[in-house]
Amino acid sequence: MTAAVQRVGGVTLSLVQEMGRMLIFLLSTFGWLTRPPFRFFQTVKQLHFIGFKSTFVIVLTAAFTGMVLGLQGYYTLRKYGSDAALGAAVALSIVRELGPVLASLMVTARAGSAMTAEIGIMRITEQIDALDTMAVNPLQYLIAPKVVASLIGVPLLVALFDVVGIYGGYVVGVDLLGVNAGVYWNSVETSVEWKDVYGGIWKSISFGLIVSWVCCYKGYYTEMSAEGLGTATTEAVVLSSVLILVWDYFLTSVLL
Amino acid sequence: MIRLVDVHKSFGKQHVLRGVDLEIPKGKLTTIIGQSGSGKSVLLKHMIGLLQPELGEVWVDGIEISRMRSKALNDVRKKFAMLFQGAALFDSLTVFDNVAFPLREKLHLPEREVTQRVEEKLDQVGLAGMGHKFPAELSGGMKKRAGLARALVMEPEIILFDEPTTGLDPLLANSIHELILAMHRMFGFTAIMVSHEIPEVFAISDWIAMLHEGKISAMAPSADFQRIADPTIREFITAGGTISLTHKSKGVSA
Repeated sequence: MTAAVQRVGGVTLSLVQEMGRMLIFLLSTFGWLTRPPFRFFQTVKQLHFIGFKSTFVIVLTAAFTGMVLGLQGYYTLRKYGSDAALGAAVALSIVRELGPVLASLMVTARAGSAMTAEIGIMRITEQIDALDTMAVNPLQYLIAPKVVASLIGVPLLVALFDVVGIYGGYVVGVDLLGVNAGVYWNSVETSVEWKDVYGGIWKSISFGLIVSWVCCYKGYYTEMSAEGLGTATTEAVVLSSVLILVWDYFLTSVLL
Repeated sequence: MIRLVDVHKSFGKQHVLRGVDLEIPKGKLTTIIGQSGSGKSVLLKHMIGLLQPELGEVWVDGIEISRMRSKALNDVRKKFAMLFQGAALFDSLTVFDNVAFPLREKLHLPEREVTQRVEEKLDQVGLAGMGHKFPAELSGGMKKRAGLARALVMEPEIILFDEPTTGLDPLLANSIHELILAMHRMFGFTAIMVSHEIPEVFAISDWIAMLHEGKISAMAPSADFQRIADPTIREFITAGGTISLTHKSKGVSA
């Protein structure tokens, strides 16, 4: 009995300790973000990596998500004679939920895992220690540009996802299944309100923060072995994805 | 100059440093020897504030650094440079940019002057014309030379060498030792080296300290250290010869 209580206590303590360390990591990063020198070039470089280099996978995911929504939506709505509402069904699903969530999950898989691996290798090969010895703060030099780039890049990718996804629904609904183009666009226009777009932007900013925070943290504090780095990368992707889905629920319940 | 007072450090249940007292003489080359896993690199990292002791004090030029916040610590670190075991060059930068990194970050010199200083250092370590290469294109010895150039470029007062010859063949190891000695004589910095290379370190070091069971068991000028009668130290510094004699006598080589 005592052993069980000790075990639960130990796990709880280490969990609280880890959460505290994660919070300090984030706050310190924001602290260093406000101090010069400002890493403009590194931030642009990271924006290119996280944002521009993710466009292909985002366009691909968005197109097929929109297309499958068009297909499912059309046959479901037709049962009730409401196929004119296809544009609304596709656009609202994408703008409110699927755009921010799926785009952020794709960024986690593509760029987040790479961030963890890159920072983790720098930790193992003592490159982060080398920065410290040269009086260059690693949080400012390495982490802050990635966080800023994610905060800018993820919302832009989500916007791209939304546009391509709605066009994907159009291609299937209008070009393949014969819904009237004017009806489709009218349905999109009348159903999507500013607060839907606004909610999507808030979600994408917070998801961008989650991805960069978790993935950088896991790389920064990786264990000093190849196996440890592998574990850190897996944990980063799993934890980011779960946090995105959980945070999405809470944010939706506030925004609705 | 650098003084450690009763420094203790543990990693989990492993009590690595158990009350280290050590004073590093200014302007000299001091080598810390000891068995693998005895905590030599851990000790070195305490001197530059990469690790903090659980107990004890680390003094650099009269300032206690072990509980300093990062900004104040960065000011102290400007006196230091460090050559890491694997050289710790930045993979994404060329050799030139690696050496230029501290100049661009800390001194904000005009690019013409950066180029001049980097090329001078690359020339001094025998890497003239190699600035365009990336670390992945260099051999182990060349990486160490590039790391040494990066350490020297800011003309620091203190340079820490963490096993600078690990993974190199004896000829290359010798050339790195000679290079460190030549640079030490040329620039007069305080050098603290962690090494296993016995007896070579006796030839290049001014002082030798031995870390044993988490404490400095002896520290003496290089020539005197070799005459210490303590059995643990004798065993450590003569171990190479003993093994080869044992093998010969048992006919293992056959």
